[in-house]
Amino acid sequence: MESFIQTLINGLQTGSIFALIAIGYTMVYGIAKMINFAHGDIIMVGAYTICVLTMDTKIPVVLAIIITILVCTVVGILTERLAYKPLRKAPSLAVLITAIGVSLFLQSLALIIFGEKQRPFESIIKIPPIEFGNIVIQGVALVTFIVTIICMVVLNIFIKKTKLGRAMRAVSEDKQAAQLMGINVNKTISLTFAIGSALAAVAGILYICQYLAVKPTLGALPGIKAFVAAVLGGIGSIPGAMVGGILLGVIEALSKFYLPSELTDAIVFGVLVLVLLLKPSGLLGKKRIEKV
Amino acid sequence: MAMLTIKDLNVYYGVIHAIKGISFDVNQGEVIALIGANGAGKTTILHTITGLVTPKSGSIEFEGHNLLKTPAHKIVSLGMAHVPEGRRIFSELTVYENLQMGAYHRNDTPGIEETLQNVYKRFPRLEERKKQIAGTLSGGEQQMLAMGRALMSKPKIMLLDEPSMGLSPLFVTEIFNIIEEISKSGTTVLLVEQNAKKALSIADRAYVLETGKIVLSGKADDMLNNDSVKKAYLGE
Repeated sequence: MESFIQTLINGLQTGSIFALIAIGYTMVYGIAKMINFAHGDIIMVGAYTICVLTMDTKIPVVLAIIITILVCTVVGILTERLAYKPLRKAPSLAVLITAIGVSLFLQSLALIIFGEKQRPFESIIKIPPIEFGNIVIQGVALVTFIVTIICMVVLNIFIKKTKLGRAMRAVSEDKQAAQLMGINVNKTISLTFAIGSALAAVAGILYICQYLAVKPTLGALPGIKAFVAAVLGGIGSIPGAMVGGILLGVIEALSKFYLPSELTDAIVFGVLVLVLLLKPSGLLGKKRIEKV
Repeated sequence: MAMLTIKDLNVYYGVIHAIKGISFDVNQGEVIALIGANGAGKTTILHTITGLVTPKSGSIEFEGHNLLKTPAHKIVSLGMAHVPEGRRIFSELTVYENLQMGAYHRNDTPGIEETLQNVYKRFPRLEERKKQIAGTLSGGEQQMLAMGRALMSKPKIMLLDEPSMGLSPLFVTEIFNIIEEISKSGTTVLLVEQNAKKALSIADRAYVLETGKIVLSGKADDMLNNDSVKKAYLGE
Protein backbone atom coordinates (compact mmCIF):
# COMPACT_ATOMS: atom_id res chain seq x y z
CA MET A 1 0.00 0.00 0.00
CA GLU A 2 2.75 2.42 0.96
CA SER A 3 4.69 1.71 -2.17
CA PHE A 4 1.53 2.24 -4.17
CA ILE A 5 0.99 5.67 -2.62
CA GLN A 6 4.65 6.52 -3.11
CA THR A 7 4.35 5.54 -6.78
CA LEU A 8 1.20 7.63 -7.07
CA ILE A 9 3.01 10.66 -5.68
CA ASN A 10 5.87 10.18 -8.13
CA GLY A 11 3.30 9.87 -10.91
CA LEU A 12 1.59 13.06 -9.85
CA GLN A 13 4.92 14.85 -9.97
CA THR A 14 5.78 13.88 -13.55
CA GLY A 15 2.10 14.20 -14.40
CA SER A 16 2.10 17.83 -13.25
CA ILE A 17 4.99 18.58 -15.58
CA PHE A 18 3.25 16.79 -18.44
CA ALA A 19 0.14 18.82 -17.72
CA LEU A 20 2.01 22.13 -17.86
CA ILE A 21 3.51 21.17 -21.21
CA ALA A 22 0.28 19.69 -22.56
CA ILE A 23 -1.53 22.98 -21.95
CA GLY A 24 0.79 24.62 -24.48
CA TYR A 25 0.04 21.97 -27.11
CA THR A 26 -3.66 22.14 -26.56
CA MET A 27 -3.95 25.95 -26.47
CA VAL A 28 -1.96 26.33 -29.67
CA TYR A 29 -4.03 23.62 -31.31
CA GLY A 30 -7.23 25.32 -30.17
CA ILE A 31 -6.24 28.67 -31.67
CA ALA A 32 -3.99 27.87 -34.62
CA LYS A 33 -5.26 24.34 -35.39
CA MET A 34 -1.71 23.03 -35.53
CA ILE A 35 0.44 20.69 -33.45
CA ASN A 36 3.54 22.62 -32.48
CA PHE A 37 6.07 19.81 -32.31
CA ALA A 38 8.75 22.32 -31.33
CA HIS A 39 6.92 22.91 -28.06
CA GLY A 40 8.98 20.27 -26.24
CA ASP A 41 12.18 22.05 -27.21
CA ILE A 42 11.00 25.20 -25.47
CA ILE A 43 11.41 23.14 -22.28
CA MET A 44 15.02 22.52 -23.27
CA VAL A 45 15.54 26.25 -23.93
CA GLY A 46 14.15 26.95 -20.47
CA ALA A 47 16.30 24.26 -18.88
CA TYR A 48 19.53 25.60 -20.43
CA THR A 49 18.62 29.18 -19.57
CA ILE A 50 18.02 28.45 -15.89
CA CYS A 51 21.11 26.21 -15.80
CA VAL A 52 23.40 28.89 -17.23
CA LEU A 53 21.87 31.65 -15.14
CA THR A 54 22.04 29.87 -11.80
CA MET A 55 25.34 28.06 -12.27
CA ASP A 56 27.44 30.47 -14.37
CA THR A 57 26.21 33.76 -12.98
CA LYS A 58 25.53 34.97 -9.50
CA ILE A 59 22.11 36.48 -10.07
CA PRO A 60 19.36 35.71 -7.55
CA VAL A 61 17.28 32.58 -8.26
CA VAL A 62 14.00 34.48 -8.51
CA LEU A 63 15.46 36.78 -11.14
CA ALA A 64 16.86 33.75 -12.99
CA ILE A 65 13.39 32.17 -13.04
CA ILE A 66 11.82 35.36 -14.38
CA ILE A 67 14.46 35.69 -17.10
CA THR A 68 14.00 32.03 -18.04
CA ILE A 69 10.26 32.50 -18.45
CA LEU A 70 10.85 35.65 -20.52
CA VAL A 71 13.40 33.93 -22.76
CA CYS A 72 11.03 31.03 -23.47
CA THR A 73 8.14 33.40 -24.10
CA VAL A 74 10.19 35.36 -26.61
CA VAL A 75 11.43 32.19 -28.32
CA GLY A 76 7.83 30.94 -28.52
CA ILE A 77 6.55 34.18 -30.03
CA LEU A 78 9.47 34.34 -32.46
CA THR A 79 8.97 30.78 -33.72
CA GLU A 80 5.33 31.59 -34.39
CA ARG A 81 6.13 34.86 -36.15
CA LEU A 82 9.01 33.56 -38.25
CA ALA A 83 8.07 29.96 -38.94
CA TYR A 84 4.30 29.49 -38.63
CA LYS A 85 2.72 32.85 -39.43
CA PRO A 86 3.84 32.81 -43.09
CA LEU A 87 2.08 29.44 -43.35
CA ARG A 88 -1.30 30.58 -42.01
CA LYS A 89 -3.01 29.58 -45.25
CA ALA A 90 -0.74 26.66 -46.14
CA PRO A 91 -1.84 23.00 -45.97
CA SER A 92 -1.49 21.50 -42.51
CA LEU A 93 1.21 19.09 -43.66
CA ALA A 94 3.49 22.03 -44.49
CA VAL A 95 2.94 23.43 -41.00
CA LEU A 96 3.62 20.05 -39.40
CA ILE A 97 6.91 19.63 -41.30
CA THR A 98 7.89 23.17 -40.38
CA ALA A 99 7.19 22.45 -36.71
CA ILE A 100 9.50 19.42 -36.84
CA GLY A 101 12.05 21.64 -38.59
CA VAL A 102 11.84 24.23 -35.82
CA SER A 103 12.31 21.46 -33.27
CA LEU A 104 15.47 20.21 -35.00
CA PHE A 105 16.69 23.78 -35.38
CA LEU A 106 16.38 24.51 -31.66
CA GLN A 107 18.07 21.22 -30.74
CA SER A 108 20.93 21.85 -33.17
CA LEU A 109 21.35 25.38 -31.91
CA ALA A 110 21.72 24.05 -28.37
CA LEU A 111 24.17 21.46 -29.65
CA ILE A 112 26.31 24.16 -31.29
CA ILE A 113 26.24 26.45 -28.27
CA PHE A 114 26.55 23.93 -25.44
CA GLY A 115 27.94 20.79 -27.06
CA GLU A 116 26.49 17.30 -26.99
CA LYS A 117 27.76 16.51 -23.50
CA GLN A 118 25.21 16.34 -20.76
CA ARG A 119 25.71 19.11 -18.25
CA PRO A 120 24.97 18.59 -14.54
CA PHE A 121 22.54 20.94 -12.87
CA GLU A 122 22.22 21.78 -9.24
CA SER A 123 18.61 22.00 -8.15
CA ILE A 124 17.37 25.45 -7.19
CA ILE A 125 14.71 23.91 -4.97
CA LYS A 126 16.22 23.30 -1.57
CA ILE A 127 13.24 22.34 0.55
CA PRO A 128 13.63 19.31 2.84
CA PRO A 129 11.44 16.30 2.07
CA ILE A 130 8.28 15.68 4.06
CA GLU A 131 7.90 12.20 5.52
CA PHE A 132 4.73 10.37 6.50
CA GLY A 133 5.93 7.05 7.87
CA ASN A 134 7.64 5.42 4.91
CA ILE A 135 6.13 7.77 2.37
CA VAL A 136 8.43 10.58 1.32
CA ILE A 137 7.38 13.66 -0.59
CA GLN A 138 10.50 15.28 -1.98
CA GLY A 139 10.81 19.08 -1.84
CA VAL A 140 10.89 19.17 -5.64
CA ALA A 141 7.66 17.19 -5.82
CA LEU A 142 5.96 19.48 -3.37
CA VAL A 143 7.04 22.61 -5.25
CA THR A 144 5.99 20.99 -8.52
CA PHE A 145 2.47 20.33 -7.20
CA ILE A 146 2.05 23.80 -5.78
CA VAL A 147 3.43 25.61 -8.81
CA THR A 148 1.31 23.53 -11.18
CA ILE A 149 -1.85 24.19 -9.19
CA ILE A 150 -1.13 27.93 -9.11
CA CYS A 151 -0.44 28.01 -12.86
CA MET A 152 -3.68 26.17 -13.61
CA VAL A 153 -5.84 28.31 -11.36
CA VAL A 154 -4.38 31.53 -12.77
CA LEU A 155 -4.75 30.27 -16.34
CA ASN A 156 -8.36 29.24 -15.73
CA ILE A 157 -9.24 32.62 -14.30
CA PHE A 158 -7.51 34.33 -17.21
CA ILE A 159 -9.34 32.27 -19.84
CA LYS A 160 -12.75 32.37 -18.17
CA LYS A 161 -12.93 35.81 -16.63
CA THR A 162 -10.81 38.28 -18.56
CA LYS A 163 -11.57 40.10 -21.78
CA LEU A 164 -8.42 38.71 -23.43
CA GLY A 165 -9.29 35.19 -22.32
CA ARG A 166 -12.74 35.59 -23.80
CA ALA A 167 -11.15 36.83 -27.03
CA MET A 168 -8.94 33.74 -27.12
CA ARG A 169 -11.94 31.48 -26.81
CA ALA A 170 -13.73 33.43 -29.53
CA VAL A 171 -10.74 33.17 -31.90
CA SER A 172 -10.41 29.45 -31.28
CA GLU A 173 -14.04 29.00 -32.26
CA ASP A 174 -14.36 31.29 -35.27
CA LYS A 175 -11.50 33.49 -36.50
CA GLN A 176 -13.55 35.47 -39.01
CA ALA A 177 -16.36 36.21 -36.59
CA ALA A 178 -13.74 37.19 -34.02
CA GLN A 179 -12.25 39.67 -36.49
CA LEU A 180 -15.68 41.17 -37.03
CA MET A 181 -15.76 41.83 -33.28
CA GLY A 182 -12.54 43.80 -33.59
CA ILE A 183 -10.21 41.11 -32.27
CA ASN A 184 -6.71 41.12 -33.73
CA VAL A 185 -6.32 37.44 -34.55
CA ASN A 186 -2.55 37.60 -35.08
CA LYS A 187 -2.03 39.18 -31.68
CA THR A 188 -4.25 36.56 -30.07
CA ILE A 189 -2.20 33.78 -31.67
CA SER A 190 1.02 35.40 -30.41
CA LEU A 191 -0.46 35.62 -26.93
CA THR A 192 -1.33 31.92 -27.05
CA PHE A 193 2.21 30.98 -27.99
CA ALA A 194 3.49 33.29 -25.26
CA ILE A 195 1.37 31.65 -22.56
CA GLY A 196 2.17 28.14 -23.76
CA SER A 197 5.89 28.90 -23.83
CA ALA A 198 5.86 30.53 -20.41
CA LEU A 199 4.25 27.39 -18.98
CA ALA A 200 6.84 25.28 -20.84
CA ALA A 201 9.57 27.36 -19.17
CA VAL A 202 8.08 26.59 -15.77
CA ALA A 203 7.84 22.92 -16.75
CA GLY A 204 11.46 22.98 -17.91
CA ILE A 205 12.69 24.39 -14.62
CA LEU A 206 10.70 21.84 -12.60
CA TYR A 207 11.84 19.06 -14.90
CA ILE A 208 15.57 19.62 -14.49
CA CYS A 209 15.19 20.18 -10.76
CA GLN A 210 14.08 16.56 -10.79
CA TYR A 211 16.58 15.14 -13.32
CA LEU A 212 19.50 17.42 -12.44
CA ALA A 213 21.09 17.51 -15.90
CA VAL A 214 20.62 19.30 -19.23
CA LYS A 215 21.28 18.15 -22.78
CA PRO A 216 20.09 19.37 -26.21
CA THR A 217 17.52 16.60 -26.64
CA LEU A 218 16.13 16.98 -23.15
CA GLY A 219 12.78 18.34 -24.32
CA ALA A 220 12.00 15.68 -26.88
CA LEU A 221 10.66 12.88 -24.69
CA PRO A 222 8.63 14.92 -22.17
CA GLY A 223 7.42 16.98 -25.13
CA ILE A 224 6.09 14.02 -27.03
CA LYS A 225 4.61 12.48 -23.88
CA ALA A 226 2.84 15.72 -23.08
CA PHE A 227 1.45 15.61 -26.60
CA VAL A 228 0.07 12.15 -25.79
CA ALA A 229 -1.39 13.65 -22.62
CA ALA A 230 -3.05 16.44 -24.60
CA VAL A 231 -4.61 13.91 -26.97
CA LEU A 232 -5.68 11.74 -24.04
CA GLY A 233 -7.44 14.68 -22.41
CA GLY A 234 -8.89 15.87 -25.71
CA ILE A 235 -6.76 18.12 -27.89
CA GLY A 236 -8.03 21.70 -27.78
CA SER A 237 -9.42 21.34 -24.26
CA ILE A 238 -7.45 23.03 -21.47
CA PRO A 239 -9.04 21.06 -18.60
CA GLY A 240 -8.43 18.01 -20.78
CA ALA A 241 -4.72 18.78 -20.95
CA MET A 242 -4.57 19.12 -17.18
CA VAL A 243 -6.39 15.84 -16.55
CA GLY A 244 -4.58 14.04 -19.37
CA GLY A 245 -1.17 15.16 -18.11
CA ILE A 246 -1.75 14.05 -14.54
CA LEU A 247 -3.32 10.79 -15.66
CA LEU A 248 -0.47 9.98 -18.02
CA GLY A 249 2.09 10.69 -15.30
CA VAL A 250 0.32 8.29 -12.97
CA ILE A 251 0.02 5.62 -15.67
CA GLU A 252 3.72 5.99 -16.39
CA ALA A 253 4.73 5.73 -12.74
CA LEU A 254 2.51 2.72 -12.07
CA SER A 255 3.75 0.84 -15.10
CA LYS A 256 7.34 1.67 -14.16
CA PHE A 257 6.73 0.22 -10.72
CA TYR A 258 4.69 -2.87 -11.52
CA LEU A 259 6.04 -3.81 -14.95
CA PRO A 260 9.54 -4.13 -16.40
CA SER A 261 10.73 -0.56 -16.82
CA GLU A 262 11.66 -1.11 -20.48
CA LEU A 263 7.94 -1.30 -21.15
CA THR A 264 7.16 2.14 -19.70
CA ASP A 265 7.47 4.16 -22.90
CA ALA A 266 5.65 1.48 -24.87
CA ILE A 267 2.75 1.74 -22.42
CA VAL A 268 2.69 5.54 -22.57
CA PHE A 269 2.54 5.52 -26.37
CA GLY A 270 0.14 2.58 -26.24
CA VAL A 271 -2.21 4.99 -24.47
CA LEU A 272 -2.03 7.25 -27.54
CA VAL A 273 -2.90 4.34 -29.83
CA LEU A 274 -5.80 3.32 -27.58
CA VAL A 275 -7.21 6.84 -27.37
CA LEU A 276 -7.00 7.30 -31.12
CA LEU A 277 -8.72 3.96 -31.65
CA LEU A 278 -11.42 4.20 -29.00
CA LYS A 279 -12.10 7.88 -28.38
CA PRO A 280 -10.23 10.16 -30.78
CA SER A 281 -11.83 13.24 -29.23
CA GLY A 282 -10.16 12.37 -25.90
CA LEU A 283 -11.56 12.31 -22.39
CA LEU A 284 -12.82 15.88 -22.21
CA GLY A 285 -12.64 16.85 -25.87
CA LYS A 286 -15.68 17.93 -27.80
CA LYS A 287 -16.88 16.00 -30.75
CA ARG A 288 -16.40 18.41 -33.57
CA ILE A 289 -18.68 18.35 -36.52
CA GLU A 290 -16.50 19.59 -39.33
CA LYS A 291 -18.45 21.82 -41.65
CA VAL A 292 -17.51 21.52 -45.28
CA MET B 1 -24.76 62.06 -48.93
CA ALA B 2 -23.38 58.57 -49.36
CA MET B 3 -22.14 56.93 -46.20
CA LEU B 4 -20.78 53.84 -47.90
CA THR B 5 -19.58 53.90 -51.51
CA ILE B 6 -18.51 50.84 -53.45
CA LYS B 7 -16.90 51.42 -56.83
CA ASP B 8 -15.97 48.99 -59.61
CA LEU B 9 -15.48 46.10 -57.23
CA ASN B 10 -13.96 42.93 -58.69
CA VAL B 11 -13.50 39.84 -56.55
CA TYR B 12 -12.01 36.55 -57.64
CA TYR B 13 -12.01 33.19 -55.90
CA GLY B 14 -9.06 31.59 -57.67
CA VAL B 15 -10.07 31.78 -61.32
CA ILE B 16 -13.74 32.35 -60.59
CA HIS B 17 -14.79 35.94 -61.16
CA ALA B 18 -17.31 36.23 -58.32
CA ILE B 19 -17.99 39.98 -58.32
CA LYS B 20 -17.83 41.67 -61.70
CA GLY B 21 -17.36 45.40 -61.45
CA ILE B 22 -20.07 46.25 -58.96
CA SER B 23 -20.75 49.82 -57.84
CA PHE B 24 -23.38 51.02 -55.39
CA ASP B 25 -23.84 53.31 -52.47
CA VAL B 26 -25.69 53.46 -49.19
CA ASN B 27 -26.90 56.75 -47.73
CA GLN B 28 -27.14 57.62 -44.08
CA GLY B 29 -30.37 56.32 -42.55
CA GLU B 30 -31.39 54.14 -45.48
CA VAL B 31 -32.32 50.49 -45.55
CA ILE B 32 -30.72 49.00 -48.65
CA ALA B 33 -31.56 45.50 -49.81
CA LEU B 34 -29.29 43.36 -51.95
CA ILE B 35 -31.38 40.60 -53.42
CA GLY B 36 -30.59 37.77 -55.76
CA ALA B 37 -30.35 34.03 -56.06
CA ASN B 38 -27.91 31.77 -54.26
CA GLY B 39 -24.42 32.33 -55.60
CA ALA B 40 -25.14 35.76 -57.01
CA GLY B 41 -22.37 37.22 -54.86
CA LYS B 42 -24.34 38.91 -52.08
CA THR B 43 -22.37 37.42 -49.20
CA THR B 44 -19.08 38.00 -51.01
CA ILE B 45 -19.89 41.71 -51.23
CA LEU B 46 -20.48 41.95 -47.49
CA HIS B 47 -17.32 39.95 -46.76
CA THR B 48 -15.33 42.29 -49.00
CA ILE B 49 -16.73 45.36 -47.25
CA THR B 50 -15.68 44.13 -43.81
CA GLY B 51 -12.30 42.91 -44.96
CA LEU B 52 -12.79 39.15 -44.76
CA VAL B 53 -12.21 38.88 -48.51
CA THR B 54 -9.67 40.92 -50.47
CA PRO B 55 -10.86 42.20 -53.85
CA LYS B 56 -8.76 42.30 -56.99
CA SER B 57 -9.72 45.88 -57.77
CA GLY B 58 -12.16 48.59 -56.88
CA SER B 59 -12.69 50.83 -53.90
CA ILE B 60 -14.81 50.79 -50.77
CA GLU B 61 -15.16 54.00 -48.85
CA PHE B 62 -16.98 54.39 -45.54
CA GLU B 63 -17.32 57.88 -44.09
CA GLY B 64 -14.04 58.95 -45.66
CA HIS B 65 -12.15 55.79 -44.64
CA ASN B 66 -10.67 53.56 -47.30
CA LEU B 67 -11.86 50.18 -46.06
CA LEU B 68 -9.53 48.26 -48.36
CA LYS B 69 -6.62 49.74 -46.42
CA THR B 70 -8.21 49.00 -43.04
CA PRO B 71 -7.50 45.62 -41.39
CA ALA B 72 -10.65 43.57 -40.80
CA HIS B 73 -10.40 43.84 -37.03
CA LYS B 74 -10.31 47.66 -37.14
CA ILE B 75 -13.47 48.09 -39.20
CA VAL B 76 -15.94 47.56 -36.37
CA SER B 77 -14.52 50.50 -34.45
CA LEU B 78 -15.33 52.77 -37.42
CA GLY B 79 -19.00 52.07 -36.71
CA MET B 80 -19.71 49.16 -39.01
CA ALA B 81 -21.13 45.91 -37.65
CA HIS B 82 -21.52 42.78 -39.75
CA VAL B 83 -24.00 40.06 -38.80
CA PRO B 84 -22.65 37.22 -40.92
CA GLU B 85 -24.55 34.53 -42.75
CA GLY B 86 -25.32 31.57 -40.52
CA ARG B 87 -25.14 33.94 -37.50
CA ARG B 88 -21.64 32.77 -36.48
CA ILE B 89 -22.26 33.29 -32.79
CA PHE B 90 -19.63 31.88 -30.45
CA SER B 91 -21.49 28.71 -29.54
CA GLU B 92 -19.26 27.74 -26.63
CA LEU B 93 -19.54 31.12 -24.94
CA THR B 94 -22.56 32.20 -22.91
CA VAL B 95 -25.13 34.62 -24.28
CA TYR B 96 -23.70 37.33 -22.02
CA GLU B 97 -20.15 36.64 -23.16
CA ASN B 98 -21.22 36.77 -26.80
CA LEU B 99 -22.77 40.19 -26.23
CA GLN B 100 -19.60 41.36 -24.49
CA MET B 101 -17.59 40.24 -27.51
CA GLY B 102 -19.66 42.65 -29.59
CA ALA B 103 -18.32 45.48 -27.46
CA TYR B 104 -14.77 44.13 -27.53
CA HIS B 105 -13.28 47.25 -29.14
CA ARG B 106 -15.00 49.58 -26.67
CA ASN B 107 -13.44 50.64 -23.40
CA ASP B 108 -16.18 52.74 -21.83
CA THR B 109 -17.51 50.29 -19.23
CA PRO B 110 -20.56 52.39 -18.22
CA GLY B 111 -21.40 52.95 -21.90
CA ILE B 112 -21.14 49.23 -22.62
CA GLU B 113 -23.46 48.49 -19.71
CA GLU B 114 -25.98 51.01 -21.06
CA THR B 115 -25.86 49.44 -24.53
CA LEU B 116 -26.26 46.01 -22.94
CA GLN B 117 -29.43 47.13 -21.17
CA ASN B 118 -30.76 48.52 -24.47
CA VAL B 119 -30.03 45.23 -26.20
CA TYR B 120 -31.80 43.34 -23.40
CA LYS B 121 -34.76 45.70 -23.77
CA ARG B 122 -34.94 44.97 -27.47
CA PHE B 123 -34.40 41.22 -26.99
CA PRO B 124 -35.84 40.29 -23.58
CA ARG B 125 -35.26 36.65 -24.40
CA LEU B 126 -31.50 37.23 -24.42
CA GLU B 127 -31.65 38.62 -20.90
CA GLU B 128 -33.63 35.60 -19.74
CA ARG B 129 -30.96 33.35 -21.20
CA LYS B 130 -27.85 35.40 -20.53
CA LYS B 131 -26.07 32.62 -18.64
CA GLN B 132 -26.95 29.94 -21.16
CA ILE B 133 -24.32 28.54 -23.55
CA ALA B 134 -25.12 30.18 -26.88
CA GLY B 135 -24.94 26.94 -28.85
CA THR B 136 -28.01 25.67 -27.03
CA LEU B 137 -30.26 28.52 -28.24
CA SER B 138 -32.83 27.96 -30.96
CA GLY B 139 -32.14 29.26 -34.47
CA GLY B 140 -34.28 32.35 -33.98
CA GLU B 141 -32.69 33.12 -30.63
CA GLN B 142 -29.24 32.71 -32.18
CA GLN B 143 -30.19 35.23 -34.86
CA MET B 144 -31.30 37.62 -32.13
CA LEU B 145 -28.03 37.06 -30.33
CA ALA B 146 -26.05 37.73 -33.50
CA MET B 147 -27.94 40.98 -34.00
CA GLY B 148 -27.67 41.91 -30.33
CA ARG B 149 -23.94 41.23 -30.49
CA ALA B 150 -23.65 43.57 -33.47
CA LEU B 151 -25.68 46.26 -31.69
CA MET B 152 -23.24 46.08 -28.76
CA SER B 153 -20.70 47.85 -30.95
CA LYS B 154 -23.10 50.81 -31.32
CA PRO B 155 -22.88 50.68 -35.11
CA LYS B 156 -23.68 53.51 -37.50
CA ILE B 157 -24.32 50.90 -40.16
CA MET B 158 -25.30 47.27 -39.82
CA LEU B 159 -24.62 44.68 -42.50
CA LEU B 160 -27.12 41.84 -42.20
CA ASP B 161 -26.54 38.66 -44.16
CA GLU B 162 -29.61 36.44 -44.61
CA PRO B 163 -31.08 37.16 -41.17
CA SER B 164 -34.21 35.13 -41.95
CA MET B 165 -32.40 32.02 -43.14
CA GLY B 166 -33.69 28.80 -41.59
CA LEU B 167 -36.21 30.52 -39.32
CA SER B 168 -39.87 29.72 -38.81
CA PRO B 169 -42.29 32.21 -40.43
CA LEU B 170 -43.13 33.64 -37.03
CA PHE B 171 -39.50 34.38 -36.27
CA VAL B 172 -38.97 35.79 -39.78
CA THR B 173 -41.67 38.39 -39.14
CA GLU B 174 -40.19 39.18 -35.75
CA ILE B 175 -36.67 39.58 -37.14
CA PHE B 176 -37.90 41.94 -39.87
CA ASN B 177 -39.81 43.98 -37.30
CA ILE B 178 -36.61 44.28 -35.32
CA ILE B 179 -34.65 45.36 -38.40
CA GLU B 180 -37.22 48.10 -38.98
CA GLU B 181 -36.89 49.21 -35.36
CA ILE B 182 -33.11 49.27 -35.63
CA SER B 183 -33.42 51.39 -38.73
CA LYS B 184 -35.88 53.76 -37.04
CA SER B 185 -33.49 54.26 -34.16
CA GLY B 186 -31.03 55.75 -36.62
CA THR B 187 -28.83 52.88 -37.75
CA THR B 188 -28.28 52.50 -41.47
CA VAL B 189 -28.95 48.97 -42.73
CA LEU B 190 -27.47 47.02 -45.61
CA LEU B 191 -29.53 43.88 -45.91
CA VAL B 192 -28.75 40.78 -47.94
CA GLU B 193 -31.74 38.49 -48.33
CA GLN B 194 -33.12 35.65 -50.34
CA ASN B 195 -36.54 36.44 -48.97
CA ALA B 196 -36.92 39.26 -51.50
CA LYS B 197 -40.52 40.10 -50.66
CA LYS B 198 -39.79 40.71 -46.99
CA ALA B 199 -36.58 42.56 -47.76
CA LEU B 200 -38.23 44.87 -50.29
CA SER B 201 -41.11 45.55 -47.93
CA ILE B 202 -38.82 47.22 -45.40
CA ALA B 203 -36.12 48.60 -47.74
CA ASP B 204 -35.85 52.10 -49.19
CA ARG B 205 -33.83 51.07 -52.20
CA ALA B 206 -32.66 47.76 -53.58
CA TYR B 207 -30.11 46.24 -55.91
CA VAL B 208 -30.74 42.99 -57.75
CA LEU B 209 -27.70 40.79 -58.27
CA GLU B 210 -27.21 38.08 -60.84
CA THR B 211 -23.95 36.11 -61.12
CA GLY B 212 -21.81 38.88 -59.72
CA LYS B 213 -23.42 41.83 -61.50
CA ILE B 214 -26.07 44.35 -60.56
CA VAL B 215 -28.84 43.88 -63.09
CA LEU B 216 -31.41 46.20 -61.59
CA SER B 217 -31.54 48.97 -59.03
CA GLY B 218 -34.12 51.38 -57.78
CA LYS B 219 -36.68 52.15 -55.16
CA ALA B 220 -37.86 49.09 -53.26
CA ASP B 221 -41.53 49.97 -53.82
CA ASP B 222 -41.02 50.12 -57.58
CA MET B 223 -39.29 46.74 -57.51
CA LEU B 224 -42.19 45.16 -55.71
CA ASN B 225 -44.27 46.12 -58.75
CA ASN B 226 -41.66 45.30 -61.38
CA ASP B 227 -42.81 42.39 -63.53
CA SER B 228 -39.44 40.74 -64.02
CA VAL B 229 -38.60 41.03 -60.33
CA LYS B 230 -42.00 39.60 -59.48
CA LYS B 231 -41.43 36.66 -61.76
CA ALA B 232 -37.86 35.91 -60.77
CA TYR B 233 -37.76 36.72 -57.06
CA LEU B 234 -41.20 37.13 -55.63
CA GLY B 235 -42.67 33.92 -56.96
CA GLU B 236 -45.67 35.61 -58.51
